[in-house]
Amino acid sequence: MQATSHAGYAGNHDHDSHGHPTGWKRWVTTTNHKDIGTMYLWFSFAMFLVGGAMSLILRAELFAPGLQYVSPEFYNQMLTLHALIMVFGAIMPAFVGFANWMIPMMIGASDMAFARMNNWSFWLLPPAAILLSASIFVPGGAPGTGWTLYPPLSIQMGMGMDMAIFAVHILGMSSIMGSINIVTTILNLRTPGMTLMKMPLFCWTWLVTAFLLIASMPILAGAVTMLLTDRHFGTSFFSAAGGGDPVLFQHIFWFFGHPEVYIIALPAFGVVSHVIPAFSRKPLFGYASMVYAIAAIGLISFFVWAHHMYVTGIPLTGQLYFMYATMLIAVPTGVKVFNWVTTMWRGSLSFETPMLFALGFLVLFTIGGLTGLVLAMTAVDIQLQDTYYVVAHFHYVMVAGALFSAYAGLYFWLPKWTGHMYNEGLGKLHFWLSMIFFNIAFFPQHFLGLAGMPRRIPDYAQQFADFNVISSIGAFGFGFSQLLVLVVVIQAVKGGAKAPSRPWDGAHGLEWTVPSPAPYHTFEDPPVFNQAEAHG
Amino acid sequence: MNPALDPPATTVRPQARSNQRVVAVMLTVVVGSLLFVSVQPRVYRAFCEWTGLYDIDRAERVAASSIPARPVTLEFDANTHEGGLIFRPQTTSLVARTGEIVHVVYRIENTRDRTVIGQAIPSYGPQYAGGYVKKLDCFCFKQQTFAPHEIREMPVVFLLDKSLPEDANTVTLSYTFFEVPAGSSNAPATLAESGK
Repeated sequence: MQATSHAGYAGNHDHDSHGHPTGWKRWVTTTNHKDIGTMYLWFSFAMFLVGGAMSLILRAELFAPGLQYVSPEFYNQMLTLHALIMVFGAIMPAFVGFANWMIPMMIGASDMAFARMNNWSFWLLPPAAILLSASIFVPGGAPGTGWTLYPPLSIQMGMGMDMAIFAVHILGMSSIMGSINIVTTILNLRTPGMTLMKMPLFCWTWLVTAFLLIASMPILAGAVTMLLTDRHFGTSFFSAAGGGDPVLFQHIFWFFGHPEVYIIALPAFGVVSHVIPAFSRKPLFGYASMVYAIAAIGLISFFVWAHHMYVTGIPLTGQLYFMYATMLIAVPTGVKVFNWVTTMWRGSLSFETPMLFALGFLVLFTIGGLTGLVLAMTAVDIQLQDTYYVVAHFHYVMVAGALFSAYAGLYFWLPKWTGHMYNEGLGKLHFWLSMIFFNIAFFPQHFLGLAGMPRRIPDYAQQFADFNVISSIGAFGFGFSQLLVLVVVIQAVKGGAKAPSRPWDGAHGLEWTVPSPAPYHTFEDPPVFNQAEAHG
Repeated sequence: MNPALDPPATTVRPQARSNQRVVAVMLTVVVGSLLFVSVQPRVYRAFCEWTGLYDIDRAERVAASSIPARPVTLEFDANTHEGGLIFRPQTTSLVARTGEIVHVVYRIENTRDRTVIGQAIPSYGPQYAGGYVKKLDCFCFKQQTFAPHEIREMPVVFLLDKSLPEDANTVTLSYTFFEVPAGSSNAPATLAESGK
């Protein structure tokens, strides 16, 4: 079947004219990688707003000590849903959206390898998001365990927990299908001459990410399934009352959970590795070392999980091993940061919005990485475990890392997607508001954590009040400035200055050889790949 | 590493087969991961036992202590310091085995026309027995406020540690209710209990 459709492509180049469904049917039935990429991006943005609104409920409650607006139970439900929605609903689908849009265009393929499965991967997401969000309204409410779903609390919660478990199952299926699709596309559909070591780095990061997803999502699915059987079918995998061990859940969860961190971070690295060379007007420094660093990070990420568990009573031997292994990850990550900085060295730099976000990423992600090294030390972590220091650390890598990188990619490729230049002034305003308010929101949390303020608690002692006021003001400022990006994107979709096929003079890659906006079908014949568009 | 890595896509026709090969490898990884996680409970236990790094059953062993349980007579008593309150245990005496969870209710009545705030302070006979009474819940943990003429029944749940010395065959648990003067009620409520 596939062979005949390819034969058809060869004879008929003008596919824009043939009728694909229009209106809502176009989006429900589409198998086009660009449509699906667009849907992923809009879905993730909608989820980003939902998860963001939840975080503002948390920050409103934390504006002053004592209980003001919500009950402690609801507070815990909000923080759990905020985390689950941001991780599984916003950041991951955003980068899958980038992968769908860009990978076929970067490697000169006409579409993803399994276009129909691609449609299904996307349409599994809305039901999962509905299940997760609707759990607020069932008796007992949404899970209030934190996104880690630790037993024994997760065994005791109401049916909201079951809904979250099923949502995780569905999201896992979607991720696994999407990943198989990406791996197959990258391995099999590259244009002739594009060897793996000449492939754009975004594709490399996604190749490794997809492997991580394929290997780790079934682990999470298994863990939550055991949780489900403990809840309803009388097993005792984690229930201590029946001879199980809750610590086992933590081992399994973090065996998934740590690769998950890099599942989020690696595609962000990939985007930045495109943006920084383009606006430095230099090739990326150390392409091969970048590839090896990605692979090394992916591999090591499976062997550091128990650094989340230093205080569970794991033996000293384990603490030492996991401490050193965790510090080892800083080596390939340091190689990447070094290469990005060196790419800019003596470059002809300009500071359009994508570059600003990439630089914001570089500075803030490095801060987040350094606090990660601090937390890797067992002796320090025993002090800082479950304090706001940890919250500050992972928001520096998740928000300033992954989200800023996604914004860099959005502004970078938006002219290619819409055919219009975005409003540069608004884009820069969006960057500076985000940069300033992000730091106002999260930097004081380092101090709160060092002073001992515990996380996941709606109330706090008086001495933490001032920093919490600052943090809440920053969070609200950050939240509302994110609405700017909606304005920018809608403006660019509706009109604006016509974008040339290569709107950034320093950008290289096959995606810039097609017109802007990218036609509905691109590269039906494999394009000629020459050194000028290569990244290596 | 992977056979599918080698040939870049040059021809169209073998594409479908090549795709299927990649999918087969990927699905093998998925199934492998699922198998991996499904054997974890056994592997975890085996690993812990083999290396001795982590004692999974420690909690159970502590609970199933080797000291045999034996019957002990428990007596309950209640006093008030100021008067105006009627404070009595519902059960004055019972026989319980060590390690067994005991549940006793105390009844208190405020006979005055004003609100009374106070806290019950425990004492033990013999005195050293206090160290072996493990309270899971007690009305004495915090201050109580009684409306005028209020009657309240309040539980204490505890067990006697199995290591209770042999010569203690009768243990008396006595509470004295102290009124807290109005306006001076800021002392941490559990302080009195945490002495032992």
